[in-house]
Amino acid sequence: MVDTRQLFSGNSSFSDIHPGKLLVIVFLISYPGFTSDFFTFQVGAYSLILGTIALSLMMLAGYGGMVSLAQMTAAGLAGYIMAIFGENTVGVMGLGWPWWLTVITAILSAAIFSAIVGAISVRTEGIYTIMITLAISVAFFYFVRQNYQIFNGFTGFAGVKPPTLFGIYWRDPVPFYYLTLIISSTFLWAVFHCSCSTFGLGLQAIRDNPRRMRALGYHVGWHRVMAYFLSGVIAGSAGVLLVWFNGRISPGSIGVDIVIDILVIAVVGGLRNPIGPFLGAIVFVLLENFAIDLIDRERFNTVIGIVFLLVVFFSPDGLLGLWDRISSKILSKRSARDENGRAQWEDPVSSGSLKTLK
Amino acid sequence: MAQPDALSRLQSAGSFALELEAVNRHFDSLVAMADINFTVRAGERRAVLGSNGAGKTTLFNAITGDFPPTTGRVRLFGEDVTDLPTNERIRRGLRRTYQISLLFHGLSVIDNIYLACRGVSVRRMSLRRPSKDDNAMESAETLLDAVHLTETQNDLVSTLSYGQQRQLEIALALAGAPRLILFDEPAAGLSPTERNLLVEILQSLPDHISFIIIEHDMDVALRVSESVTMMHNGRIFKEGTPEEIENDHEVQELYLGHGNIN
Repeated sequence: MVDTRQLFSGNSSFSDIHPGKLLVIVFLISYPGFTSDFFTFQVGAYSLILGTIALSLMMLAGYGGMVSLAQMTAAGLAGYIMAIFGENTVGVMGLGWPWWLTVITAILSAAIFSAIVGAISVRTEGIYTIMITLAISVAFFYFVRQNYQIFNGFTGFAGVKPPTLFGIYWRDPVPFYYLTLIISSTFLWAVFHCSCSTFGLGLQAIRDNPRRMRALGYHVGWHRVMAYFLSGVIAGSAGVLLVWFNGRISPGSIGVDIVIDILVIAVVGGLRNPIGPFLGAIVFVLLENFAIDLIDRERFNTVIGIVFLLVVFFSPDGLLGLWDRISSKILSKRSARDENGRAQWEDPVSSGSLKTLK
Repeated sequence: MAQPDALSRLQSAGSFALELEAVNRHFDSLVAMADINFTVRAGERRAVLGSNGAGKTTLFNAITGDFPPTTGRVRLFGEDVTDLPTNERIRRGLRRTYQISLLFHGLSVIDNIYLACRGVSVRRMSLRRPSKDDNAMESAETLLDAVHLTETQNDLVSTLSYGQQRQLEIALALAGAPRLILFDEPAAGLSPTERNLLVEILQSLPDHISFIIIEHDMDVALRVSESVTMMHNGRIFKEGTPEEIENDHEVQELYLGHGNIN
């Protein structure tokens, strides 16, 4: 298990950062500089948004042992709130609240929704949590599809735009990319930080043994609901970005297929570490965009399904686990080679020094 | 008429750490524990003996609320806690260890003890990182030393040996000012050296702490306790001092078998 405390230990200086990580940071910051708008917006920003939604699932599943399929629904709710309370071009609702108030309302609503999902599913474990949260997602999907007064039914909303601030229109590819980069990396840091806070340690302990946590004085239910609330903040923020990215939201944006995609992204990337969901999201978005060059558009789910099966089959810990295994193999080979070399130099038997001693 | 009643209740509240009143526990049609009346004075050290299936662990589960009694009342330090959940009972000074170690395998040793210390204090849900000068962290380090696990403090619990896991199990129960501790077979599977260490830890507990210990090792049980309760088939069979129980003919027959008394 990776000790995440060393990654962000609080008192680390710039020189403590691993060169590999520094390279990734430099790459992410300079990314729009050497790619087209398509890659910046459709690949870069979209991966970061999906990665952030999957991150909210990773926090619940990886640290809390609770696999919730309602994360995309929380994000979708935030998107709907943006359209309903903010502005849209459909002519239904669109209360025209100022953008900042709408954003706060959207994120808070998603968090409260997520906490309610948590409160409902908190007494269940494993497959039953998955079933309950899936049921909630499906219920929400049908609800918004059938409700025309507030959610505008099947059509949903269009024309949901981010504001123009400091003279920048934030849906332009490059500004939007940086906006998503800042928000997603903030949440990545926050989840790392949370994992070694008292709350985060408690959450991991509940994952390992809820009964013992009760016997230490913890209210396991509250702890779990709080985790759902925090993950709802993450999912809701990503939901706001997603509705700005698409410019529209409809029941199709929160259907069962997308709900499952988020789980696939998190599992393919790896649930042990907050980086995992982002890796999964990059693979997913690349496949989504380029698999159709090789096969028919309708066959996309076959491709993602096969990738999912392959990753799960070869590495239950996702791409991160695969990477860990490969790097530890290389390391052990290298250290074995080094030891061999050292043995030849230092081994008194092979160097004959033992004989001289005798 | 009400006054003397209230007075006697107040007096008993001061003197008893635990009172069980006509406690029963059924699992469907199986009666695991029947009509248990049981008291432990404040500061008393009690051993609970009995063969497998006698209802000893069920008794512990009823006291902690892991599996609450089907009928009957449980009072902790004079307060009726029958309807309270486990975590509320723990906050009133109750602790327990488990027969099979229930630890947090994905966390380090120090984090396990830190969480135990934090569990009964404020800021259980703090989003801040525990700092070195944190009270709970300081008491965690003291406890770590008391159970001789300082060297392994940063190791994951899953990498500890069985004996070390048992020590940690005890450390978790000692965290955060306990007043009544339930030890469920703490010596099971320990080496003779580890058993001596365990006895040492139990004997060095402050006087105000009461404990109940379930133990099959008679030597350990009788060395650390001042009174003994024998259970058989879910009922209390006999109570007395270690000497009385040790020399009781019926107990010998039941617990040690015929071969041992001939």
